[in-house]
Amino acid sequence: MPFIPHTEDEVRHMLAAIGAGDIEELFDEIPAALRCGRLEGLPEALSEMEAAGLMAERARRDGRLVCFAGAGAYDHHIPAAVWEIATRGEYYSAYTPYQAEASQGTLQVLYEYQSMMVALTAMDVSNASLYDGATALAEAVLMAVRANRKSRSRRVLVPATVHPVYRRVARTIVHNQGIELVELPFCNQGGHTPPGSLARFDGQDIAALVVPQPNFFGVLEEVDALTDWAHANKALVIALVNPVALAVLNPPGEWGTRGADICCGEGQPLGAPLSSGGPYFGFMCCKQALARQMPGRIVGATRDLEGKRGYTLTLQAREQHIRRSKATSNICTNQGLMATAATIHMALLGAEGLERVAAACHANTQTLVGKLAQLPGVETLFDRPVFHEQALRMPAKAKTVLKGLAGQGVLGGLDLSRDYPELGDAVLVCATEKRTEREMDDYRQKLAGVLGQESLD
Amino acid sequence: MSEIPTDLRYCGTHEWVSGVEDGVVTVGITDHAQEQLGDLVFVELPEVGTPVEAEAECAVVESVKAASDIYSPVDGEVVEVNEALADSPELINDDPYGDGWMFKIRVADETDLDNLLDADGYREVAEAE
Amino acid sequence: MLIYERSRAGRRAGAQAPLRENDLSGIPGAFRRKQRAALPEVSEMQVVRHYTRLSQKNFSIDTQFYPLGSCTMKYNPRGCNTLAMLPGFLARHPETPDDHSQGFMACLYELQEMLKEVTGMRAVSLTPAAGAQGEFAGVAMIRAYHEARGDMERTEILVPDAAHGTNPASAVMCGYRVREVPTGPDGDVDVEALRKVLGPHTAGIMLTNPSTLGVFDRRIREIAALVHQAGGLLYYDGANLNAILGKVRPGDMGFDVIHVNLHKTFSTPHGGGGPGAGPVGVSERLEPYLPVPLVARAGERYHWLTERDRPGSIGRLSAFAGNAGILLRAYVYARMLGREGMERVAEYSTLNANYMLKRLMAAGFDAAYPQRRATHEFIITLKRQAKELGVSTMDFAKRLLDYGFHAPTTYFPLLVPECLLIEPTETECREELDGFIQALCDIRREAEQDPERVKTAPHNLPVRRLDDVRAARELDLAWKPSSG
Repeated sequence: MPFIPHTEDEVRHMLAAIGAGDIEELFDEIPAALRCGRLEGLPEALSEMEAAGLMAERARRDGRLVCFAGAGAYDHHIPAAVWEIATRGEYYSAYTPYQAEASQGTLQVLYEYQSMMVALTAMDVSNASLYDGATALAEAVLMAVRANRKSRSRRVLVPATVHPVYRRVARTIVHNQGIELVELPFCNQGGHTPPGSLARFDGQDIAALVVPQPNFFGVLEEVDALTDWAHANKALVIALVNPVALAVLNPPGEWGTRGADICCGEGQPLGAPLSSGGPYFGFMCCKQALARQMPGRIVGATRDLEGKRGYTLTLQAREQHIRRSKATSNICTNQGLMATAATIHMALLGAEGLERVAAACHANTQTLVGKLAQLPGVETLFDRPVFHEQALRMPAKAKTVLKGLAGQGVLGGLDLSRDYPELGDAVLVCATEKRTEREMDDYRQKLAGVLGQESLD
Repeated sequence: MSEIPTDLRYCGTHEWVSGVEDGVVTVGITDHAQEQLGDLVFVELPEVGTPVEAEAECAVVESVKAASDIYSPVDGEVVEVNEALADSPELINDDPYGDGWMFKIRVADETDLDNLLDADGYREVAEAE
Repeated sequence: MLIYERSRAGRRAGAQAPLRENDLSGIPGAFRRKQRAALPEVSEMQVVRHYTRLSQKNFSIDTQFYPLGSCTMKYNPRGCNTLAMLPGFLARHPETPDDHSQGFMACLYELQEMLKEVTGMRAVSLTPAAGAQGEFAGVAMIRAYHEARGDMERTEILVPDAAHGTNPASAVMCGYRVREVPTGPDGDVDVEALRKVLGPHTAGIMLTNPSTLGVFDRRIREIAALVHQAGGLLYYDGANLNAILGKVRPGDMGFDVIHVNLHKTFSTPHGGGGPGAGPVGVSERLEPYLPVPLVARAGERYHWLTERDRPGSIGRLSAFAGNAGILLRAYVYARMLGREGMERVAEYSTLNANYMLKRLMAAGFDAAYPQRRATHEFIITLKRQAKELGVSTMDFAKRLLDYGFHAPTTYFPLLVPECLLIEPTETECREELDGFIQALCDIRREAEQDPERVKTAPHNLPVRRLDDVRAARELDLAWKPSSG
């Protein structure tokens, strides 16, 4: 019996202790009419060896495309030590650290995680993770509406330069509470949200403004001006950022005169494998004054009976298991193991290492864009500065181009026409630090072939 | 048994109410309530000027393991809150009827106070728990 | 010691970052960070040693019996982890076209099918990232259903007083008011009280069955009929599905929507708090509203169903398709169990729980529902001990840690004072159960003879009992150079 240790003799003994004739008798309180009988739709059991054969075949069948796609999931190097340690049973198979004294490992890691996220974002407080970047944005919107006491509005401004799926997820999660997400158009030339375009909301009651940096197109937004505009209009600022970018870009805590109020984003670039889109983790940080409005678990340092430093979950009265219908969120299980991996990842890279990663990704993407733009009809879509990702116009149907590339082993980027038909045939590309010069040349050559052009070599 | 002063009035939801002085009453939570909640770690108070209704939530007290809503005993308006509780919520544990007071309400209709419990009535409520 | 306290300016794990320095001059200075973030500066070996040693300060399933009620802390098979982490799965970018994802999608499709079969539901979406997100999705579907029928008067979700806190919190996130339904003295929902609160405002009810009280609600069919007659729908919280896997199906009980905690019943790891996965299953009438994406099959080929295929969908719940890596682990687990293995999960988890309950009762402990059969978990109340000996359930729990056992769930459900909710799971052998029972008896003896020893526990762990009041009053949530 897989994973069940009982011998026949033990079962007999245990049934005798219970006073039951057989195991079936233990279900005697369940009305007989409810019993389901044999479930014919379920397959027969596999041994681990058979399961391994099946999974190896399936993993192999998908092949491995050379990845030039980003768009919210980035193919970074992950140090071997990260997952060697994170999958140790003591981390992997522990529960949420409710018994603090028996969970000091997980709790200290999460305290270190919070410390590192606070340092990276220049905010005051971090929680211990949310599901992913998209849900972190949704929770940030709910939090801002709750926390902004100067505003009675349930309107939040969201630039169209925010990841389109993030916007949809946020809508799914917040609209039942009567919160309205107002879309802000972007500049067709720069690919950014011009601060001047907010003038039409001057003096209106707005709960919050979302500011992405870099935005979905990789373009850098005028974060200082946007932040100051929001604060002048009594709106809170929700920064949506890429944590690797923060190694080189101005952190949200220092945006504008007062800094962003809430900062959130996708933590995947910090040690989570691409893994088909999950598990990743969402991060969220905020100013000290908003700490009690934060959703999710938070770890705090304290002392034990003898005065020794230790760690425990704190501010739990915000959470669903205590506050029930008045909790700041329904979240319970979060993405703890991913935060653990991120902590080890950040410790291994340090600020300088993360900066080198960011710079290498940025340089690689620029190199790639330079190579691809040599092909006639391939050109950059926007003229503003970017970070490590860029939108390119294609001289043929984007969908067909990407399909042709995939057929030759290249994941050429994301088809932007899916969510931004007004941009025409455009592809969002990214070359992380893992992409080599040869892979980039190979991309150019295959793109030339797909476009029916002679290679320039 | 916890302390239940006889010169105060009470709600079944464990708030105490002082006598009226210039149309204003002081409100806090009882010794019994603070004992049940344990060490308080945070108090959320209404803003001065907020209109309140009898039996409606108007504040929250938090311990490590529980959060409890505080209900206004009468209709009226909040005229003062105990700012000291922001940094020292333990005042409620240490002195629930004194330094641990929570807020003051200008009472809309003083006859509402007649609906509240006296010390004996509240003792019955507390002992029944 | 914190990793920060091992930091020395200028130290690095040199092998882990690109060796070549790159130019950032393309990014104008106004956008650039002025000062490096305060991350630790440590060597690779220091990192490995630090986090390996920290891991040793944790209790976990791999090292201890962990009978945490309502959490189903069963063995997480290592094979599931290894096979979900095959390079082909890990390297797959979420935007990879379907043609290059058929192996991955086959696993997801088959998992959807298996979950349909064991839950008795019509269709399944795997995308919710955790149980609470499954609850959100389920209640949002209930709302979408009523709204699509123009039935806008239904503003209330009913939740039993014994429910998990996530239930009322999820209902509120969906814009509903929550009304509590009391539990009767035998642990089943008080059906008479339910009748009184049902009405034209009832959108639905959220139930866990077996409930968090460790008993199977025998009147579930009657409850389902009453709720449906009132025009409401029934939500099944799958937290306790382990108790009935392969024996009873929520769909057959009359539920319209359910979530399954794969990190409980399907043995994916809890990871110190996540990631989990909370797939939702629905009856026919809620199928149009399922969250996307879903995996569909046409002939031999798998493809995604999105908003375009499902215009009535409540939408997306995460940037991609949920916690894919967790779904793969659950898939491998389900395949290794197979049909008979699933049924054995319910059988042996129930056997273990009833064995412990009877032995603890024989040893003089008080069961919360002594007249009832235990399901996969049960409740002991230490109210008598707390009153007679002045030693609380929390003290017992902390002392259990000294004995090398993780404590059961304490003080939940809120209905039973001084309670321990104990869930042994099917993967524990009898010696472990006996050892735990013995430990509780030993602690009770200590509480009689030397109560201080119990009240000041734990004694043998990396830290003594922690001051959580101080943690909440003097917030210290991040290391600062001065915190030393």
